[in-house]
Order: sequence, then C-alpha cells, then structure tokens
Amino acid sequence: MAGTETTTPKGAAPDGNAAGPAPEDGTPGAAVAHHDLAGLEAGLDALDTVQTRRTPLRTTLVQKALPPFIAVALVLVVWQVLVWAKITDDYKLPSPTAVWDEVADAWAQGTLLGYIWTSVSRGLLGFLLALAIGTPLGLLVARVRFVRAAIGPILSGLQSLPSVAWVPPAVIWLGLNDSMMYAVILLGAVPSIANGLVSGVDQVPPLFLRAGRTLGATGLRGTWHIVMPAALPGYLAGLKQGWAFSWRSLMAAEIIASSPDLGVGLGQLLENGRTVGSMPMVFLAIFLILIVGIAIDLLIFSPLERRVLRGRGLLVKS
Amino acid sequence: MVTTLTKAAESTPAVDHAARIAHVSKSFVTPAGQQLVLDDITLDVAPGEFVTLLGASGCGKSTLLNLVAGLDRPSAGSIATPGGRPALMFQEHALFPWLTAGKNIELALRLRGVPKQDRRAETERLLGLVRLDGSYGKRVHELSGGMRQRVALARALAQDSQLLLMDEPFAALDAITRDVLHDELTRIWRETELSVLFVTHNVREAVRLAERVVLMSSRPGRVAREWRVDIPQPRRIEDPAVAELSVEITEELRGEIRRHGRN
Repeated sequence: MAGTETTTPKGAAPDGNAAGPAPEDGTPGAAVAHHDLAGLEAGLDALDTVQTRRTPLRTTLVQKALPPFIAVALVLVVWQVLVWAKITDDYKLPSPTAVWDEVADAWAQGTLLGYIWTSVSRGLLGFLLALAIGTPLGLLVARVRFVRAAIGPILSGLQSLPSVAWVPPAVIWLGLNDSMMYAVILLGAVPSIANGLVSGVDQVPPLFLRAGRTLGATGLRGTWHIVMPAALPGYLAGLKQGWAFSWRSLMAAEIIASSPDLGVGLGQLLENGRTVGSMPMVFLAIFLILIVGIAIDLLIFSPLERRVLRGRGLLVKS
Repeated sequence: MVTTLTKAAESTPAVDHAARIAHVSKSFVTPAGQQLVLDDITLDVAPGEFVTLLGASGCGKSTLLNLVAGLDRPSAGSIATPGGRPALMFQEHALFPWLTAGKNIELALRLRGVPKQDRRAETERLLGLVRLDGSYGKRVHELSGGMRQRVALARALAQDSQLLLMDEPFAALDAITRDVLHDELTRIWRETELSVLFVTHNVREAVRLAERVVLMSSRPGRVAREWRVDIPQPRRIEDPAVAELSVEITEELRGEIRRHGRN
C-alpha cells in the first residue's frame, strides 16, 4: 500500500513489538536513537505516570475515626455537666446514665433489636421498591423529551413537599397497615432517586456520547454501556438522598400512625415514650433513629460512592 | 523541491477509495441566520493513504470530520465510506473513566460483535500494538496523557475500520510526547494499511505525517490547495525537507488568513 512505497531505512522495526535493533550493529548513532521508539516510550511513560498509593489503616483511623469520637465524647460531657448544673427538671433532661439504663433494659428484655428491625426492614424494603420504580422513571424523564416536559417539574417539585403531608391521605386510602407505610416511603424516596438519575444523565459529558456513537453504542446499547455508567455518580447521590427521605418519611409515618397491628418500630417507641412521659425512652428512640440513619449511610452508601469515585480518579486526597 | 503541486479541482479520480467526499456543503442555523460552514468540498482518501486536513480556525475541518464520521449530516453533497463506519479519535482521549484501559478496548470489540472468548486476546494484541503491554487493568486516570491517547488509538483500531479519522489528537500533549506519538502513528499506519484523515492546525505536524496535505480556507471552509508530500518515511519534524515545505504551506495559510482581515 501507499505506506510501503517508501524505502524502509535500516532499523525501522518491522514487527513493531521488539525493542528495536541492537545498537551495536553498526547503524549510525542518531538513527538508533530515533528508532529505539519502544525504549523512548517506556521512559516517557515511566516519567509521566502518577503513582497512587493507599493510605495506611493507622492514618485512616487517626484522621477519620478519632475526630467524630472526640466530638461525641464532648457532647456527652456537656450533657452530663448540664444535668449536674440542674438547669432544668429531671423529667425534661434525663442524665446520660438514665438513657443508658433504658438501653440496657430494652436489651435485657430482648426488645431493643425488635424495635430496630421493625423499622429498618420496613425502611430498606420501601427503599428497594422506590429504587425499582425511581430508576426507570428517572431514565424516562432524562431521555424522553415529552416525558420530561410533562412530569419533570412535578418530580422536582415533589422533592420539596415534606412526605409527612402524605401520611393523612395514605391512612385514609390504605388504612393503618404496612402498605400505608410503604406508600409514604415511596412518595418520599421515588422523586429523589429519579431526580438524582436525571441530573446524573444531564451531566454526562457530550464527548462520551459522541465517542459512544462512533463505537456503535446507540439506542438501548448506548443507554446501557455509556449513559448509565457515566451517570452513576449522580445516580448514587440520588440514592443516598433517597434513603434519607425513605427513613425520614417512615419515621413520620410511624409517629403519626400507631396501631397495635403495626408492631413497635422506632417511631412508635418515640411516641410511646411521650405518652408515658418517659424522657429516657424518648431520648433512646431519637438516638436509635439517628444511629440507624448514620449506620446505613456509613455501611452502604459511603463505601459505594467512594468506590465509584476512586475508580474514576475523582476522589482527590487532600 | 521534493513536492509536487496539484490543483484542488483536479484531485485524483480514484475509483478505489476509503472515503469519497463529493460536493459537500454544510450550513448551520444561527441566531444571525444561515451560516455556511463548508462550501462544496470534494476530497477522496485512497485506501491506505494518509491525508491531513490543515486550516485556521473556522475552516470547518472538525465539522467535516464529524460528517465523515456520520455524527452529523451534510446539507448538500454526499459522503461515502465503503469500509464501514469510520473510527474517530478526538483531541481529548474520550476514554470512559468507569472502565479500565483494557475494558475500554473490549467495549469497542463487543460493540463490533467480536465473540466474548476472543475479546481478551484481541485487546492484548491491540495494547501491544500501541506498546502498552501490561496496561490492561490500569485505570484511565492512572495513565499519562500520551498513554491515554495510545489507548484511545487502540480503541479506535479495535473498530477494525478501513478509515481512521483523527481530530487534532495530539494537540493537548507536550511537545516531547507529541513527537514520539508522531513516530508511533506513522509506524502503526504502515503496519496496518489504514487510511487516515487527520485534522490539524499545525503545519509541521501535517507535513511530518501526511502523504497529502489539504489546505482549507476559512468561512466558509473550502479546499484551497493540496500538496503531495514525497519525503521518505520515517520523517522527523526537524528534517530540512519537512521544514522547507512547511514554510511554503505556512505562507499560503497566512495568505488565506490575511484575506479575512481585508474585508
């Protein structure tokens, strides 16, 4: 072909994978330097490559785990000092030990894990349902212009509607049962998940779409191979927010709608504490709600997000 | 003088071609009205030929490349690429950051319909071709700019197209790396018998790489002149012959640009 018309000077590696000819074969020095392309490239690659190194576990512990530990300890100390100073009545502000006794009691009676599990299982199942509905919905809104124009604004508007507002109609429509809880969770979480995916898709760099199209990734194949993975960081942010909304909606529903058929979740525990006037129980419920919310985020969403961002080189270590 | 001159109007009427661009015009609708970007472009790329498209800003060279790639449609005229959908390389590497270097190439193979069991070996072969053996599992952000462009080249080659379109692929690289990649590209082009249509605004790069340099005028883009480059390969960017022709082409390019200052 055209490329082979010119004479090939000695030393132009014809097979292209060897490290070039040995320099001692009598070729003029300049030509050797020019044609030892493989060695040259290896050198450039070595000079230009960034070395990434994982931080050792010890440093992570000191930098990440110690500060929140100190903060919690500080809050406990301030709390205890306030109790000692008797700034208010005992029944309004119980001491940390009184709350701890409440925890120990619930643990001894074997009810503690029951409270947690009742709410967590509801919350996670509701969240998974929201995921199954919110994902295709978000994809439709992001990719189909008519759907976006029709329901896009409503979907983002729904995000600012507190999901507690859905509890009264849900109770009237569905009665005091688990379906009502799930309905409230869905109405809270689906818009967040769908919106997260929409903004993730909107932020996909056009270059990726063009590159995908030249490779033949169009239509559904483009969505699967290019759009979805490219939108993953935004989608994950939406999931995280979706979980927060699920959990908040659920607690609102549990506090407002209590019935013996529903079992005692953390929301009911809080409401029960108020009715019997036990501030330690109220505190216990609040702490458990907070801890579960944080734990799910720390155990599921944060590692997932970090993994995705680190894989893409988007997690900058300061 | 090692070059010969041909008028654009009488470009070689090759029957056999990797790309045939015939009387292509392209205009865009802007708030200021219809804007003609490309005006009656006719250009053939022969099989195995290396052609560079050279021009200043606004000559529509990237637009033309998009048309040949099938990413956009011409307003008039026709474009034929008998070798199938052309491969396209961008100035930015455009590698997918959620995949490793190897998986980026494998995705191209998969989309081309290569059976699963053959993909890994073919990927390793392509990585070897761009001298990145052992980089299969590397993340895109772990690679240097030059390495990324080589993976991008391997991914483009994975499409197994007859025609490779390159849109200023080395413009964002440092001079040392760019020089090395010129050598690499020449080597790979000679090994693979690919046809290459390479867009650049760098005259020396155009002369260093091409068998034929096509100069485009700006606003609207037209083929102004073309040169056949008979300097033997492999060339160096410092070769006196490359420099001499570059001076001649630069003069012509500057003439084209000056015309815009006068009206």
